[in-house]
Amino acid sequence: MELTGLSLATVVLFLPMVGMIILLFLREEQARNIRLVALGTSIVTFLFSLVLWAQFDPNNTSLQFVQQTPWIPSLNISYYVGIDGLSLFLVILTTFITPIAILISWRAHVFEERGRQKLYYIFMLLLEWAMIGVFIAQDLILFYLFWEVTLVPMYFMIGIWGSEQRVYAAVKFFLYTMAGSLLMLVAILYLGLTAGTFAQPEIVQMMQSGQLVLPLDGVFSTQSLLFLAFFIAFAIKVPVWPFHSWLPDAHVQAPTAASVILAAVLLKMGSYGMIRFNLQLFPDASVDWAPFVAVLAVIGIIYGAWVSYAQTDMKKLVAYTSVSHMGFVVLGIFAMASASINGSILQMLNHGISTGGLFLIVGMLYERRHTRQMSAYGGLWATAPLLGGIALVIALSSMGMPGTNGFVGEFTILLGSVGSPLTGVVFTLLAATGVILAAIYILAFFQKVFMGEVKHEENRSLPKLHWTELAVLVPIVIMILWIGLAPNTFIAPMDPSVNALVQEVQPAETEIAQLP
Amino acid sequence: MENLGLLAPLVVLIPSIGAIINIFWGARLGEKWVGSIATIASALTFGVVVLLYVFMNYNYYQGVNVNPPVFESWINIPSAGLNIPWQQRVDSLSVTMMLIITGIGTLIHVYSIGYMHGDERYHRYFAFLNMFLAFMLVLVTANNYLVMFVGWEGVGLCSFLLIGFWFDRSGVAWRNSLAARKAFIMNRIGDFGVIMSMVLMFAVFGTLTYYEAGEVANPTYNEHLVEEIQHEAEAAEADLATGISEVTVGEVANAGEHTAAEPAPAEGQHAAPAEGEHETGPALPATSNDSIVYEDLGVFSRAQILSEQGGDVVVGPFTMPITTALTLITLFLLLGATGKSAQIPLFTWLPDAMAGPTPASALIHAATMVTAGVYIMVRSNVLFELTPTTMAVVALVGSATALVGGFIAMGQWDIKRVLAYSTVSQLGFMVAAVGVGAFGAAIFHLVTHAFFKALLFLASGSVIHGVEHGHHHVHEHGHDDEHDDHEEAFDPQDMRNMGGLRRRMPVTYFVYLIGTLALMGIFPLAGFWSKDEILADAWTAGLQDNNVIGYIVFGLLLVSAGFTAFYMWRQIVLVFHGKPRTEAAGHAPESAKMMLVPMLVLAFFSFFGGFMNTPRGVLGLEKIFGPHELTEWLESSVMRVHAGEFYLWIAILSLVVAIGMAIMANRIYARVPVFNRKRDPLEMMEATQQMWTMANARLYWDNFYDRIFVNPFRRTSAWLATELDDRFLHDWVHNKVLWNGFNAIAHFLSRDVDQKVVDGAVNGAGRVTRWGANTLRRSQSGYIRVYAITLLFGVVVVVLVLLLPLLQRG
Repeated sequence: MELTGLSLATVVLFLPMVGMIILLFLREEQARNIRLVALGTSIVTFLFSLVLWAQFDPNNTSLQFVQQTPWIPSLNISYYVGIDGLSLFLVILTTFITPIAILISWRAHVFEERGRQKLYYIFMLLLEWAMIGVFIAQDLILFYLFWEVTLVPMYFMIGIWGSEQRVYAAVKFFLYTMAGSLLMLVAILYLGLTAGTFAQPEIVQMMQSGQLVLPLDGVFSTQSLLFLAFFIAFAIKVPVWPFHSWLPDAHVQAPTAASVILAAVLLKMGSYGMIRFNLQLFPDASVDWAPFVAVLAVIGIIYGAWVSYAQTDMKKLVAYTSVSHMGFVVLGIFAMASASINGSILQMLNHGISTGGLFLIVGMLYERRHTRQMSAYGGLWATAPLLGGIALVIALSSMGMPGTNGFVGEFTILLGSVGSPLTGVVFTLLAATGVILAAIYILAFFQKVFMGEVKHEENRSLPKLHWTELAVLVPIVIMILWIGLAPNTFIAPMDPSVNALVQEVQPAETEIAQLP
Repeated sequence: MENLGLLAPLVVLIPSIGAIINIFWGARLGEKWVGSIATIASALTFGVVVLLYVFMNYNYYQGVNVNPPVFESWINIPSAGLNIPWQQRVDSLSVTMMLIITGIGTLIHVYSIGYMHGDERYHRYFAFLNMFLAFMLVLVTANNYLVMFVGWEGVGLCSFLLIGFWFDRSGVAWRNSLAARKAFIMNRIGDFGVIMSMVLMFAVFGTLTYYEAGEVANPTYNEHLVEEIQHEAEAAEADLATGISEVTVGEVANAGEHTAAEPAPAEGQHAAPAEGEHETGPALPATSNDSIVYEDLGVFSRAQILSEQGGDVVVGPFTMPITTALTLITLFLLLGATGKSAQIPLFTWLPDAMAGPTPASALIHAATMVTAGVYIMVRSNVLFELTPTTMAVVALVGSATALVGGFIAMGQWDIKRVLAYSTVSQLGFMVAAVGVGAFGAAIFHLVTHAFFKALLFLASGSVIHGVEHGHHHVHEHGHDDEHDDHEEAFDPQDMRNMGGLRRRMPVTYFVYLIGTLALMGIFPLAGFWSKDEILADAWTAGLQDNNVIGYIVFGLLLVSAGFTAFYMWRQIVLVFHGKPRTEAAGHAPESAKMMLVPMLVLAFFSFFGGFMNTPRGVLGLEKIFGPHELTEWLESSVMRVHAGEFYLWIAILSLVVAIGMAIMANRIYARVPVFNRKRDPLEMMEATQQMWTMANARLYWDNFYDRIFVNPFRRTSAWLATELDDRFLHDWVHNKVLWNGFNAIAHFLSRDVDQKVVDGAVNGAGRVTRWGANTLRRSQSGYIRVYAITLLFGVVVVVLVLLLPLLQRG
């Protein structure tokens, strides 16, 4: 890679672009080739991201695979990418989920009705490009660019190939994220201009060395406001309660693959942003705001789970579980203990895998019966035992059963949060009730859909799982068990980076409890 | 010999392999293979456990930590100091549990081959059963709380799967799956407690490991042990000098402990390993942990050190005295135990769990899984002993549960439900024993109860099987044509449909009687010894420690013991005595040999099992069986274990109570005609009517929970979803306030700012949007708010333009 002057990160980033360009030259009628190119591209990207993992040096806490090329030199804006332990697995999660999303789209009924497959797969690869970009960009403007670009393909995927109210949901999704991003943009511009550079690591450096001082004395001081501008943008994306209103709409209306990507990767952009920007850029403001954020996170955990239980629409149910699960992630981040941040990053992967998996299951049911209402199902475990078994494994992982990935993430978050001076026993206790609530909603879902007597005759003769369906579910199940039984594979590369981060933000004993 | 401990990972591996084979290929293998594979896996595991037992005897009962050969570490976060290995602990406590689990497990596998014959999901059943064994063995062999928790939730999952095994059986499908779900959720409430306990434990002590390698579990025990060994060795040397005998140190150790169920390892066996290093047995065990630094100790030793020091600990933002922290930790652990071991307040799932296949009930919901709560409290005995508050709570919870379970059992008609409440009650005995510090008695009762309750469940399965077959027989032969409309409602588990089975099913009757007598605590059956020890220990706790809790526990348990005798004898009379009350009962055949043999084995242990821990001074029995064998054996791993006193008056009193209540039950229920009306004699009598109704309605406990927890939860959930989230947040805040507000601003910008100021810039963005809009429009018809998006892009550009001057300066 050195020979060409490109870092591996850049290569991984632009691989989807290559596929897009090939797709542009294909005609709509060559549907099979379009699908193969899209899948092939995403798989190659995935394989390259594995090389990334293999070459990643876990003990090096600074950025790796760095590439910095001036872009707008007058403003010190550069094409600056790099990967550290905080972002490595989010890149891999993106490249892991995209082929799954592409493969599950192969047989989607929606194309029979609405066609335009070529555009669909172009959007898919464009989205992958932008998502990888978000996770590796180290320049604030570059980050913002990728952040905004992710909106476009997702907007169209929901708007064109979604369900009945797709346009409403697409616009809502767009506006909500946009509203937050604007605040962030202002903050980015202010920060970049004050610092004289938009490179995030350099700004952090300047602040640590005292070259750049962002005053923090009250809610309306500079650092606090900047923190909030970033935080709100990310909180909408995560979504942190009460900014979640767009999520159920977007999920319910989106086609299966878009739901999977939305849940698995797009939400993670928010929580990743909190770590990379809120915590690293504004450590003091983060400490001050932490209890407040923790309150929102805990409300989200309980609220999301509770609301989820009342849903009759499967997709909506799964959508609300995201609010609950992401609450854990946010709590872990703002507990600022190394166990909890490790847990949060791991839980981002877990949520991507498990909730992605649940959306896949729901999508498969939808393809067969064309309804998302749970009352239309029942007893499927008897008529579709394989699907039922896999659904059970994914459901268990979603409710955090030990031995599956969900538990490792939740437990380490709780472990970190109970010992953290910012959160402590009370928050942990409330968050841990999410464990009970998760069992309540996920088992209700499983019981209504898979247990009981078969009430509808159509459910007796459901088509067997197609190989493409198995091909997307098996990797999910493997990942669930892998992270559940041997999470060290994933923790070891991220822990040094997390530790370095925690050392930076670690609140001194006296600084605690200064809620503005 | 010294490497035998390394076999420990096999106890998890073997049943896992069995489960995997059956779940993936079972459907193709056919019943014979499926049953054999599962049973052989279970039996092999039992074999391994026996080897571990031999190893323990050889190793002076010293516990060892065993790491799996591959895959050693589970969660390791160096920067947080968290390192959880997949490590196992082989010591006398875990081996005891393993013997019970695999021994009874194997018998139940054999029984299931007959019982489940013909079920359409035969292979799934055996796969679940093997999976249960694997998880249960993870639970008891884990060397830290987190790995234990894997097994803990894993057995909960298997319980869920087996309770809901007939999730689609017509008519009861919803009830079965609801019972499964209820069990899982109530267990999860307990699991929440365990999680809280673990995170607090880690925050206070910085470890979740029971014992580190080289750590001595019970220094006092080891001191005695070493003294004894040295003493005997000196004596042996003296003997050797006079040429009398050739005794090795290894033999002496065993002889000294009298646990000689296994032959003492002879010299030849010692030399067998290739290294041949340990020709005279293993090195003498250490007698204290003083030389080990705090960081290298397990959680129990750390807890002792910290609480000896006293003072405060910091947990996050809070500072609290160490005793408070310990109390919190143990109370949360108790919550976990009440979930798994079906104690107040989380016991109501267990009776519903009887929806599963009966052998699964026997294994999971009587003999093994439900005792996990007791196990974990005994495992954590050091922590519990340090907190008197928790101990008092534990004692009260246990004895209250014993009483409530026993009371409700007296008013049930379902043969399995009676046994289920009886299990609740007996688990209460064990928990109460823990509460008064009688850890040895708790495990003793756990073991004997596993024998006789598994036996009773299997026998009740045999009865149900028989009545069902009798019913089919009647049905086929058309004896009962005029009652055809009743056929649908026929319940083979309802004791009112039984009676007189003594003659139809003599073997089942025989074993049921033994199980019943054992459960009632009749001398000299197994239950007598264990129950008596708990009562005596409670009394001792009251007497010696001046602990009023001890007397309360004693009183409540004595009454519960009376209840036990009453409902069990009621059951015997209703099921086996008198004349058959239905045709089905009259035609019930005896079960197959496959089912009878495991029951006979269990009957043997239910009869003689109590002798493993005979107290001193009872008819000289300890000379035959050795005094307090089990207690002494446990002492090496359970620090707070102590041999119980034996009070003759307590033994006689409890016998009198049991026999008296049984006679009473006999007098009430032996009058057959009463049952023609299908009502209980107690219900007919005015004095007892109310009590009986209460018992029959299960003290309205479930209704109470429905009313104050379940329904409000559902209502709140619906309210949150429809009112708060949908109508307020979604429709009002979003659609009205935000949406309209946005539109207003957009209009303002488009008219006043956009068109005048940055018209040119927007054109570019506009073009992109128009293209997108066209795409949308082509794909579906309808009104699109194109302008909203156009303007949004506009806004971005406006902001950029406004800031542009700043940029150049920067």
